[in-house]
Amino acid sequence: MSAHTTESRHAPAGRYVGASVPRREDPRLLTGRGRFVDDIRIPGLLHAQFVRSRVASGVVTSIDLSAVLDVPGVVAAYTAADLDVIGITAVLDRPRTQFVPTEMPILARDRVRFAGEPLAIVIAEDPYAAEDGVEAAAVTYQVHTPVTSAEQALEPGAPLVHDEAADNVLLDVSMFATEGIDEVFAEAPCVVRVRTRTGRQNAVPLETRGAVADWDDRDAQLVVRTCTQVPHQVRTVMARSLRLDERAVRVITPDMGGGFGQKCVVGREEIAVAAAALRLRRPVKWIEDRKDALTASFLAREQRYDARAAFDRDGRILALDADIVCDMGAYSCYPFTAAVEPLMASAEMPGVYRVPAYRVRGRAVTTNKAPSAPYRGVSRPQYVMVMERLFERAARELKVDAVELRRRNLITEFPYSGVNNITYDAGSYLDSLNLCEQVLKDEGWYDLKAAAAAGGRHVGIGYSCFNERTGYGSGAFAQRKMSVVPGFDMTEARMDTTGSVTITTGTLSHGQSHETTLAQIAADELKLDISKIKIVQGDTDRVIYGWGTFASRSVVVGGSAVRLAAVKLAEKLRMLAAGLLDTTPDDVELDDGRVRRRDDPGRGLGYAELADIAYLKAHLVPKDLEPGLSVTATFDVFTDGTFGNATHGAVVELHKGTGRVEILRYVCVEDCGVAINPMVVEGQCRGGIAQGIAGALFEQVTYDEQGEPSATGFLDYKVPTASEIPDVAIHHLETPSALTESGAKGVGEGGTIGAPAAVLNAVNDALAPTGVELNDTPITPETVQRALEQAS
Amino acid sequence: MKPAAFTYHRARDVAGAIRLLAELGDEAKIIAGGQSLVAMMNYRLARPAHLVDIGRIGGLDHLRGDGSTLRIGALTTHHAVEVATDAWLGRGFTLLRDAMAWVGHLPIRTRGTVGGSLAHADATAEWCLLAVLLDAEIVASGPRGTRTIAAGDFFHGFYTTALAADEMITEVVFPRPAPHSALLEFAERRGDFAIVSAAVDLDVDEHRAGRAVRGGRVALGGVAPVPVRVPEAEAVLAEGGQAGPDLFRRCAAAAAAAIDPPGDGNGSADYRRALTQTLIEDACAKAVSR
Repeated sequence: MSAHTTESRHAPAGRYVGASVPRREDPRLLTGRGRFVDDIRIPGLLHAQFVRSRVASGVVTSIDLSAVLDVPGVVAAYTAADLDVIGITAVLDRPRTQFVPTEMPILARDRVRFAGEPLAIVIAEDPYAAEDGVEAAAVTYQVHTPVTSAEQALEPGAPLVHDEAADNVLLDVSMFATEGIDEVFAEAPCVVRVRTRTGRQNAVPLETRGAVADWDDRDAQLVVRTCTQVPHQVRTVMARSLRLDERAVRVITPDMGGGFGQKCVVGREEIAVAAAALRLRRPVKWIEDRKDALTASFLAREQRYDARAAFDRDGRILALDADIVCDMGAYSCYPFTAAVEPLMASAEMPGVYRVPAYRVRGRAVTTNKAPSAPYRGVSRPQYVMVMERLFERAARELKVDAVELRRRNLITEFPYSGVNNITYDAGSYLDSLNLCEQVLKDEGWYDLKAAAAAGGRHVGIGYSCFNERTGYGSGAFAQRKMSVVPGFDMTEARMDTTGSVTITTGTLSHGQSHETTLAQIAADELKLDISKIKIVQGDTDRVIYGWGTFASRSVVVGGSAVRLAAVKLAEKLRMLAAGLLDTTPDDVELDDGRVRRRDDPGRGLGYAELADIAYLKAHLVPKDLEPGLSVTATFDVFTDGTFGNATHGAVVELHKGTGRVEILRYVCVEDCGVAINPMVVEGQCRGGIAQGIAGALFEQVTYDEQGEPSATGFLDYKVPTASEIPDVAIHHLETPSALTESGAKGVGEGGTIGAPAAVLNAVNDALAPTGVELNDTPITPETVQRALEQAS
Repeated sequence: MKPAAFTYHRARDVAGAIRLLAELGDEAKIIAGGQSLVAMMNYRLARPAHLVDIGRIGGLDHLRGDGSTLRIGALTTHHAVEVATDAWLGRGFTLLRDAMAWVGHLPIRTRGTVGGSLAHADATAEWCLLAVLLDAEIVASGPRGTRTIAAGDFFHGFYTTALAADEMITEVVFPRPAPHSALLEFAERRGDFAIVSAAVDLDVDEHRAGRAVRGGRVALGGVAPVPVRVPEAEAVLAEGGQAGPDLFRRCAAAAAAAIDPPGDGNGSADYRRALTQTLIEDACAKAVSR
């Protein structure tokens, strides 16, 4: 690992923020004592599986479940008509000319829109019988011609996926169009054009989706344990779908094996499971199998760009014009809708560059494929790839070094208000690029590349520069015109009589280490040993409210709420102690689990002593204070958020005989402001980069003409393993955020955002002597082999 | 992804297994390590009514070399071969040990068996390729006794072999050492089924200066329904010549021209030809360097 790694970030003595505190969740997870949805056993538990559509498009002419009920072990089987629940409709606050709302029924009623769509739920005594039951279902279809690509969807007279979307377009928004941009392009000395396509991917959390639902008579409540990134939003949709008061649904999320966005939307299966449990008054479990996870959950990233950029003679970018089409599959996801990808791309595409003129059209197209959800990075891996390719192209046209061309165009003055109406807070765009280039030079990769070329080998170096908006608050989501507007977060902090503190957060770790990092923030504010702090998350009855974890929001929004609550609790401790120590709150201070007088540090009270009084001797509590020690705090963002940034550098070698792309070196220079826990930050970078490389080189779900997906297992869906992912050198820069309470910026998505562009640029750098240029991902060995062979 | 119902039988010995197979007929399937069969059952692509577990049968997990012949028991795991010492394998059989690194991943190798792999007959399986390359003999027992089947006659097509439904493999015999041999594969990910796999066994004249090739064998996986020998490439080797890039390139080119590989989602026919060229060249270079 790099010398910069953690040494440069020594935390002040006695402080937790900035230190690589070992993950507090690890002892349980590493010893098999974690508790995931599938670990939950309830007496009388039944098991569910789904009868799924075999055709990609059509009308169900009959569903006969009588044979299902004859299968030994099957308890019940329900169709949409049996369950009578309300479907999920995600809407935007936009006119119908821009956005068409569509309903995703919980179980398909008559129309089926993708192969794998759930038609009926089968409940059985064990998971085997449930699958036997599924096999026994007799479904007939009137098969329609499916729409299997965005191109086909947009053809005049194409079959319609949703009748209400007359041209298969769910969103068509031209968010920006700088006046006079056509003249800029007409007059510019250098105009480059890049067209890219990116493959449809699955986020592949190792833990597939799942739920256990159980009606509790005593609480008059449906208790649903499910692996979701957004428990409160699942509760809202589920209550409405089942026509229950929201209070009557409790969503609990135990340990989770990843989500990456696939679980930040509300799925239909968990609601069907809840409806079945409600009808049967018995607990029902559904664990999605890998085949369904790959074919019938939420996918992402299938986009195509047609982009042009104009440059002046000095290499300054003058204008950017992009047409973006995102294939969102069969349904709009809740709450983000099918617009999530095109709107993200449209809003943020200029990225780290000073782009004076910008025009963009973003479209979400519906097709007969499994629907899309946000996936780590959401469109940013794609548009960063396009931007970075445009710069590489322009550099070649202008005969300027591509790194130098970037330098001339990076934003260096902050705050910067962009052509896309976003105000960027301070970042280290230029410094991170300079450092990344320096590292690769110092390590000798440029020399190696030259030597390799002389020896007939194909080595290339590629970069990507990008920023990552984190801390999307209610302000930013309202700007996107979401009608369900995520953003704020609520925390409760409570001290018990032993001086131990329980802190709730509305964010939810599905691998991100919240139990460690959020406790670090609170421990510093409360001057308390971290072992005395417990973070509680993932329970709608215990956590007042929250928007869960997605969009790199947890440390920015959730962490700030935690810090505010800790400050409030500290304040309450000071007030209580001041009264008891005969002084004023301003004249006492917190120190290592005690509150002491500033003027007489020997006089003080331990937290346990104060808590003992607050609860057990309330008659001693000063008159103007309430007994007990609990507070709540809320945090939201109404500015444009805070932007983390990074530069990635990749060195690849292309092997002529096989077309294999070998990544020889990968360097990441990241800046996420104050790193609460550098070890966790590095883990985020590495995992993200692995997923980015997966998109660049390996993973893709394709569909045949019948709309049948290609990948039903990891044999066909090529998730890279540790053997394919290189070690990553990580260097840190630190531009603290003025927005957040801790100075931290989010870092959950950056790795994924930067990696495809860096790898693609490196591959094209290696291909440069051949004249072949690749702009579609994943880049397969066969494509590379063909390119190298053609050239030789 | 739960298998359809089946009845589980455990055989105590080979005779018992054969009796069960004869009794249960076509509906029965042998399970050993289960590394291919269980996955197929989980997808319900295979749904045997009966499983005959031979995993507990003693005396079938041997690895016995006598200097010229190597006998491997059907229940020997890939991993056992992978970690076998030179003494166990005997001279000239290290190819088998090296080839094991290409078999799936470590957990698969610790459970998957040599006999299971041969009986499953995947077109890209390492054991099938090795057997074809080295003229292995597959020993099978059935109600009519024990017979030996030459590897060249054993593989009939996709997942089909010369084995009768009531026969089981007990042993595979590699009849002669292959000191100058190598097996190479290419797949997008380490551990995947190969797109193409190539194995060569060169006849090298040790006594002549600069090492000369007098002949050799070339076998390919992933280019046909079964692993195949490539006579056209072997003919180039038989003409003889200096061991080196020129000979190896001509040998590989003859193979690439001779095959008629399938094209599918893992690679077009042209790509498979290109891989054939690369892998045979590299395998020859590796083999001769031993």
